[in-house]
Amino acid sequence: MNSYLQLSEVCIDFPTPKGPFRALDKVSLDIAQGEFVSLIGHSGCGKSTVLNIVAGLYQATEGGVLLEDKEVNSPGPERAVVFQNHSLLPWLTAYENVELAVKRVFKGKKTKAEMKAWIEHNLHLVHMDHAMHKRPDEISGGMKQRVGIARALAMEPKVLLMDEPFGALDALTRAHLQDSLMDIHRALGNTVIMITHDVDEAVLLSDRIVMMTNGPAATIGEILTIDLERPRRRVELSDDTHYNHLRHEVLAFLYERQRKVEDIGSAKKSREAGSDSKPKLARTA
Amino acid sequence: MIATLTSLRQNPASLMPSAAQVAQFAKGLMLPLIGIVLFLFIWHNVAQLIDTSLGKFPGPTQVWEQSTNLIAEHNEERQRAVEFYERQEARNAETLAADPSAEVTIRPYTGKRTFLDQIFTSLYTVMAGFILASMIAVPLGILIGLNEAVYAAFNPLIQLFKPVSPLAWLPLVTMVVSAVYVTNDPLFSKSFLNSMFTVLLCCLWPTVVNTAVGVANVSKDLLNVSKVLSLPPLTHTFKIVLPSALPLMFTGLRLSLGIAWMVLIAAEMLAQNPGLGKFVWDEFQNGSSNSLSRIMVAVLAIGFIGFLLDRSMLFLQRWVSWDKNAVLR
Repeated sequence: MNSYLQLSEVCIDFPTPKGPFRALDKVSLDIAQGEFVSLIGHSGCGKSTVLNIVAGLYQATEGGVLLEDKEVNSPGPERAVVFQNHSLLPWLTAYENVELAVKRVFKGKKTKAEMKAWIEHNLHLVHMDHAMHKRPDEISGGMKQRVGIARALAMEPKVLLMDEPFGALDALTRAHLQDSLMDIHRALGNTVIMITHDVDEAVLLSDRIVMMTNGPAATIGEILTIDLERPRRRVELSDDTHYNHLRHEVLAFLYERQRKVEDIGSAKKSREAGSDSKPKLARTA
Repeated sequence: MIATLTSLRQNPASLMPSAAQVAQFAKGLMLPLIGIVLFLFIWHNVAQLIDTSLGKFPGPTQVWEQSTNLIAEHNEERQRAVEFYERQEARNAETLAADPSAEVTIRPYTGKRTFLDQIFTSLYTVMAGFILASMIAVPLGILIGLNEAVYAAFNPLIQLFKPVSPLAWLPLVTMVVSAVYVTNDPLFSKSFLNSMFTVLLCCLWPTVVNTAVGVANVSKDLLNVSKVLSLPPLTHTFKIVLPSALPLMFTGLRLSLGIAWMVLIAAEMLAQNPGLGKFVWDEFQNGSSNSLSRIMVAVLAIGFIGFLLDRSMLFLQRWVSWDKNAVLR
């Protein structure tokens, strides 16, 4: 496999009063150009930390990230991030939010008219033409997330990083945006890393699903290749045995092999029994 | 007629406005009005119980009387000034008619400052001090908020100077101004500079502190956006930091303007600099039977102007702010 984005033995320690806390341990992953990779795992397992390291917002303690054989050690527009809670600037309209990114990336490379056309093109991609001059507080949550995606796409990033992009949306809006994202990915062939909690979302969108073990010292547990034909349609797939088998694989990893150690019921029982239960695990994320 | 009467008999409440309408009316107009009437009533009655060496404490009627007097005095004084200039011009014209080569001058009128003049002087001084202070405080606050090191360096100084009373600064300012500001053709009077710099020194701090807090507390998500976009420092400051910090910055500015107004009155009183403070002090020294009423007029004027200043800042904030729906108090 020709590796476009390469994570090699990435470890990260967070300082705590009791000494360094190892959140990630030896995460290694090769991603090809145009590949769509999902990270899935229980909350607190360090998915966001992986994404933040690729984005350059965190620095790996050991190991590192290579993008096109160049080391990543600071944030930059070639690794655009779609944040979980849209993170649009509330004082700018949708258009101006995208414009801020476009001006940053294409200043001197595109003329004013070209930039305007490019901004409008990207807002069109996410179906936001009708509300491009509205401010974030005037549009719905799903629309805000669309603008966030448009902003990231407009930067023509080498890698698109998505941190639970649809986590805060209702199921219908989420399905709609997933379809949009599949269309865009098919048309543009972006390299995408997406964090998700949602098994269906991961199976539907990804080329590979990276399943993470529970922290501390979380690492990659298994990688599942999703060899479903594209374009994928959710309704047809829901009746597809192979799709359901892949779903089963992810569920089995999450709820059997990597069952959360500190689930409420068992913790209560063990405390009542007075046994020395497992020491409480610190959460990362 | 009969129909309305029958309907009234069936439903006597229909003449009454709905409960919601009453509540709205009460809240908007009646309650504040009741508050004011109640205050006037208590003031009127309590005032009669207080005997001072200058007679009874003034009640609302005496104060109202004096406020009209003060305005009348102002108009008289203006009239006198006009007449004074007219007399001079007439005399000059006569002199010139007798001897066309004679040098004629117009002497400025030097009548006493009226109440309205003093208000104008105070307003002018407070705005000068406040605007100058803001021009220093806002950039300083941004710098402190953006940079931990600058914050660490400035914080002890801010904490030290913030609680200093204006009256402590005043003698120092007076001495420094009279030592440094030496000119034959003064653009500003020294008394103006004294009051203004005292105001400036006292009203810097709320703006500095609030701007710094606003700048330092920009949401982490927006900071991440700025990092991912690798925005240059200036764009970062103007596109991300300043809009986020604007509400707190304006809180600081409003606090500063309030302090500036209070400080100015005290400084004028102590230093005998022209303005409302001097008016109060002069009336106090004057000790006529009307003095207390006139001071009370000044007290109410000071309060009302302070209120107007705060409102004007609020309107400015509403005009500048991106969030037109924000609840501003």
